[in-house]
Amino acid sequence: MNSSNMSGPVLSQSGQFVEQHWRELNGRRRTYTVLGSLALLLALSGSLWYANDANSGKFFDRLPHLFDFLQVFVPRDGMEIFRAMFDLPSPYDDGSLKYDYPDGRHYLTDGFYIPEYFYRMLETVNIAIFSTIIGALGGFCLCFLAARNMTPSRWLRWPVRRFMEVLRAFPEVVIAGFILAIFSIGPIPGIVAISVHTIGALGKLFFEVVENADMKPDEGLRAVGGNWLERLWFGMVPQVMPNFSSYILLRLEINVRASTIIGAVGGGGIGEALRLSISRGDAAKTIAMIILLLLTVIAVDQFSAWLRKKLVGEQSFHMSA
Amino acid sequence: MTLLSTPEYERLAARHEHLLTQSAWKTYRAPLLATGLIVYFMFCWWFFSIGKVLGSANYSIAGNYLADWVSYEIRPELNIDRDGAITITYSRFDPIGPNPNPDWMKSETATVTRQPVASAQPEAPAASAPAPAAPAFNFMANAPKAEAAASATTVARAPVTETAIVKSTIDLGRSAKIVVDHQSVILTRGSETVELRLDNAAGTVTAQAPLPTWVEQRMAGGRAYAYFGFAGWAEVSADRVRIHNRFFGWANFFFDINSAFFGKSLGEVFTLVISGPRIDASQSNLSLAWNDILYNPSWQHLDVWSKLLQTLVMAFVGTVLATLLSFPLAFIAARNITRNRVLNQFTKRLFDFLRSVDMLIWALFFTRAFGPGPLAGISAIFFTDTGTLGKLYAEALENLDDKQREGVKSVGASPLAIQRYGVVPQVLPVFASQALYFWESNTRSATIIGAVGAGGIGLKLWEAMRTNSNWENVCYMVLLILLVVFIFDGISNALRSRLIGTARH
Repeated sequence: MNSSNMSGPVLSQSGQFVEQHWRELNGRRRTYTVLGSLALLLALSGSLWYANDANSGKFFDRLPHLFDFLQVFVPRDGMEIFRAMFDLPSPYDDGSLKYDYPDGRHYLTDGFYIPEYFYRMLETVNIAIFSTIIGALGGFCLCFLAARNMTPSRWLRWPVRRFMEVLRAFPEVVIAGFILAIFSIGPIPGIVAISVHTIGALGKLFFEVVENADMKPDEGLRAVGGNWLERLWFGMVPQVMPNFSSYILLRLEINVRASTIIGAVGGGGIGEALRLSISRGDAAKTIAMIILLLLTVIAVDQFSAWLRKKLVGEQSFHMSA
Repeated sequence: MTLLSTPEYERLAARHEHLLTQSAWKTYRAPLLATGLIVYFMFCWWFFSIGKVLGSANYSIAGNYLADWVSYEIRPELNIDRDGAITITYSRFDPIGPNPNPDWMKSETATVTRQPVASAQPEAPAASAPAPAAPAFNFMANAPKAEAAASATTVARAPVTETAIVKSTIDLGRSAKIVVDHQSVILTRGSETVELRLDNAAGTVTAQAPLPTWVEQRMAGGRAYAYFGFAGWAEVSADRVRIHNRFFGWANFFFDINSAFFGKSLGEVFTLVISGPRIDASQSNLSLAWNDILYNPSWQHLDVWSKLLQTLVMAFVGTVLATLLSFPLAFIAARNITRNRVLNQFTKRLFDFLRSVDMLIWALFFTRAFGPGPLAGISAIFFTDTGTLGKLYAEALENLDDKQREGVKSVGASPLAIQRYGVVPQVLPVFASQALYFWESNTRSATIIGAVGAGGIGLKLWEAMRTNSNWENVCYMVLLILLVVFIFDGISNALRSRLIGTARH
């Protein structure tokens, strides 16, 4: 900690040589740290200035109004949130869109209905589950072709990997928008967009798992003359399956969020309703939906964490969007 | 694969009984799972009414839209007058301008005596205007003149003798051809030829022979549509033929039709920039050319680039700020570092809250608060990622090797010094690598929250898609985004593998 100690016993020539080198190294490291921090600071402040400049409202002008804006989202009374959530008629109903809670009911039978936001939430979660399954199936099919130990041919591996990268990086908005143009509004644009992204993302994680797998079962199968599919099915799949399922569950958590976002741009589910109600300033509806969304996300996260722990134990995986 | 004979298998089974019997759950797990999946897929088929949506979709539109990504259409419209004169007009939205006089269209002119129209029909302005041999002026200036001419003809009733187009031959690609005169349209695709008779007075289109699959006529005598694949399509009615001629490439990607450099080859532009006389007296040719590119009205290069930069800035600033805030908060949340249960729990629940309220909700909220723009996106990414990174960091801290800390503590270091020399060196590479990972994935997610108004290229993409006619701009932006994402993936991968020592790709 007192690193720049100049005093002390006199050093021999080789000792001085060592000390000089140590000092040089230390100095260089410090310079790099300072330069790196400066560059980061410069980039950060430049970016912040640019963002503020490009924004339609300026940060410091808008900051005092932040709380005014929050006041818009205070409902007239607490029960309103409850009414909005369960589609019960409101005593403040004046025929405007703000209080039309019973309008969105989904009647299953004459007397029994699912409240609108529950139905939409169900739709959002279903989109996420459905597209996670499709994405997992697609990623499963592709990942063995991208793994070095299962596909020795570089000419096959390279295009498969690039293809998955493109699937992953391709903006979901564009896929959703394009499908929207063909199929009109509904859940299908969201499903396709999220599935495509999931195939790429899971495919990459999967093939890394496959590459790190133990090759001994594979060698055994090869020794008894197993063909490629048999090696894959009996040698590879049993040992990668726990990790695969764990990644699939992590992906499900991400996809629940993604399907709300895609919903907001016309992909079906609760996202659209939320976007509308926030932009209209419907306090009770917004809060009802946020509560529902929060509960759902937490429930899905907890469920997936529990199942993951059962499947692979305490192994940690990092999240990736 | 070598298979065992049954007696051999049974002998093996008898020797190792516990190895070869499976629990019932294991035996039936796979078929159960498969059945469950099939049932669930059937449920989704019904729930999302996939069958109905797939059935009612318009797939020919999909092909057209897809072709629009990499090509453009030029849409001449041939109006056939009752006396046989043909007038050709181009949409002013065509990428190469209102009157390109292209080489793929050959017109034969003849002198006709025309009876001016008695009443002003809807198509009268275009039809009675003189055949556009090559008016070099702008369409905007043209329109009022044409109307003036029309109103003039309604007054003067005397027959006029003038030169007009009577026959026009249009080549669509290499193998398709359309020949139009006032009585018939002859469509050729490959080796097949179809003749459609036009009866202008009765307003009917009649085919001379049974129509092949690429010509469609929904009603007898009604409009006919001829499809030539990628080369385009044509719509034939009794008094009008609309042609969509498709060309591969992006039209006026660099210079718009209003630019002085429009239609010039690269060499011509180059010599003009280097040694040509000034086109605009107030600025050099180089700056004029550069400005024409930047402010190209149909491609809006400058706008696209600055929106892309906004997206990158959103991801960068959001991630950096989230990292800076979650770093100290994670020390508070980790129970082995801050020995205070209340603080631990409070910070962890804060992380959970920030994470679980979606990025979408944050984005919508901040869009309302700050107005549309990158500030909203930055705030959304910042809030969500503070939660996620904080949680990850706190977990990393809790799995820490305690030996280093104890070592530093044992020499009597202050609490801050313990963290600095006992903890930070261990976790910093992991933390930085996580932050880089999030930076990378935020570059992607910033596009999509942009579409709800949180700034960046997302909204621009969304708007370009909503018009359903700017797919080539969508393609351009997608290519830019892919390029940028790949570059940033590369940078972040390189930095990460330097930080943690192993390549992760």
